[in-house]
Amino acid sequence: MGAAAVADPFVPLPYRVGRVRRETRDITTLELTPVAGDRPDFQPGQFNMLYVFGVGEVAISVSGDPAVDGGYIHTVRDVGAVSGAIAKLHAGATVGVRGPYGTPWPVEAADGGDVVFVAGGLGLAPLRPAIYHVLRRRDRYGRVVLLYGTRSPADILFRQELERWRRRLDLEVLVTVDRADAGWRGDVGVVPRLIGRAGFDPHGTVGMVCGPEVMMRFTATALHDAGVANDHIYVSMERNMKCAIGLCGHCQFGPDFVCKDGPVMRYDRIADILTVREI
Amino acid sequence: MEGLERIVLAHPFFAGLEAELGPLISGCARNHRFDPGQYLAHEGDPADEFFLIRHGKVALEILPPGQQPIVFSTEGEGAIVGTSWLVPPYRWRFDARAVELTRAIGIDARCLRDKCEADPRLGYAMMKRIAPILARRLTETRMQILDVYGKRAK
Repeated sequence: MGAAAVADPFVPLPYRVGRVRRETRDITTLELTPVAGDRPDFQPGQFNMLYVFGVGEVAISVSGDPAVDGGYIHTVRDVGAVSGAIAKLHAGATVGVRGPYGTPWPVEAADGGDVVFVAGGLGLAPLRPAIYHVLRRRDRYGRVVLLYGTRSPADILFRQELERWRRRLDLEVLVTVDRADAGWRGDVGVVPRLIGRAGFDPHGTVGMVCGPEVMMRFTATALHDAGVANDHIYVSMERNMKCAIGLCGHCQFGPDFVCKDGPVMRYDRIADILTVREI
Repeated sequence: MEGLERIVLAHPFFAGLEAELGPLISGCARNHRFDPGQYLAHEGDPADEFFLIRHGKVALEILPPGQQPIVFSTEGEGAIVGTSWLVPPYRWRFDARAVELTRAIGIDARCLRDKCEADPRLGYAMMKRIAPILARRLTETRMQILDVYGKRAK
C-alpha cells in the first residue's frame, strides 16, 4: 500500500466562507478559503462546483482575480434551492468545492488587438477575472471596452468597481439598463445598442460575451454586424452541469459537453445550434 | 449650401442622401435647444415634429397611472426621436424629456409628409432610413419584454 490514493473527482474539498457581500437584492459574493492547503490556480472563465451540505451542488463561475492568492471568490444569484442556500451562507460556514473546471476566456489569444467585453446581468461575474487579467497586462492590448447591461439601476452588479473602472483613461465603460425611473441619468436600452457607440477597430477585435443566452445571441449578432469576425467572438454557455468532468452528459450541448468543452465557447462553432430548440 | 442644410445633412440619419433632396428637408427644419428636464413632446400631443439629436440625451418615458414615469429608452447623439409623425393619427405615443442639455434639429412633420407625397424619391429615401430604426427598436423591445435578466433566465 505504498502508493498515494488518487483523489476522487467527485469528492469536494471543504472551504470556509469568509467575507460575504450582498451585491444586489438577489446577488451575493462570497470569499471561500480552503480549510487545508492552498486553492488550485484557476483561469478566467472557469467554474467550480459548490456543494452546500444537505442541499446540493451547483456550478458557479469564479468571479475573483486569478492573480490574487488566497481563496476563491464566487458571485451567486439566488434562483434555486442550491444557489439560494449559497446566497444565505454566513461567514464561518463550510461548503464543499470541486474544481476549477472548464475552458477559459481567450485572454492570451486576444493579445495585441482590441478587446470588447459585453456583460449582461450576472454575466459580469464570470467576465470579471478576464477583465482583471487584461487590466493587469493593459499594455499588451489595444483599446479595451466594457459594455454592461442589466435590468434596472438597482440591479447593477459591482457598481463601485464599474465606477472605478470608468474613471480609467485606458478603459471605456458603458452601462445601460432595460428600464429606469426618471431619476436615472444614465442610458436606458438593451446592451447590444452600446456596441455602435464603443470605440474599437473590429478587425482583430476579440469579443467576450457573458449573460443570459438570448442576450448573448443578440450581442454576438450585433458584434458580427459591427465587423467582428465570428471566430473572434466567445460566449460563456450555461447548461445543467452535474459531474463537471464530461461523464454524465447532463450538460450536453450538440456534440459538446459544456462542462469540459465550455463554458467558454467560440461563437462560430456553436452559432448554428444556439437556435435549435431541441438543444 | 445654407448653414441649416449643412447641419441637417451632416446628421447620421441622412447619411448618403441625394444632394438634391437636401433643400427639401432643410426647408422643413429648425434648430432646438432643450434644457435638462424640458420636454420635447408629451404622449397624446399631435406628432407634428420629430427630432434629430445632435448633442445630449433624451429619455423616452411612459407615465403609468398613479406611478412615477418609467424610462424605456434613452436616445443620444445621432439618433432620431419620434416616428409617430409617419403613421395616422400622428400623435406622440410617449413623453420625450431632455436628460441633459440637448441640441436637436426639429423637422416639421406636416411639411415633410407633404413633400414626401409630392416627391416619391424623397418619401422612399425617408422610409429607407426610418424602417431599419423601427425594425431595430422592435427587436430591442422584444428583448426588453423577455426580461432576460429576470429570475428564470440565469
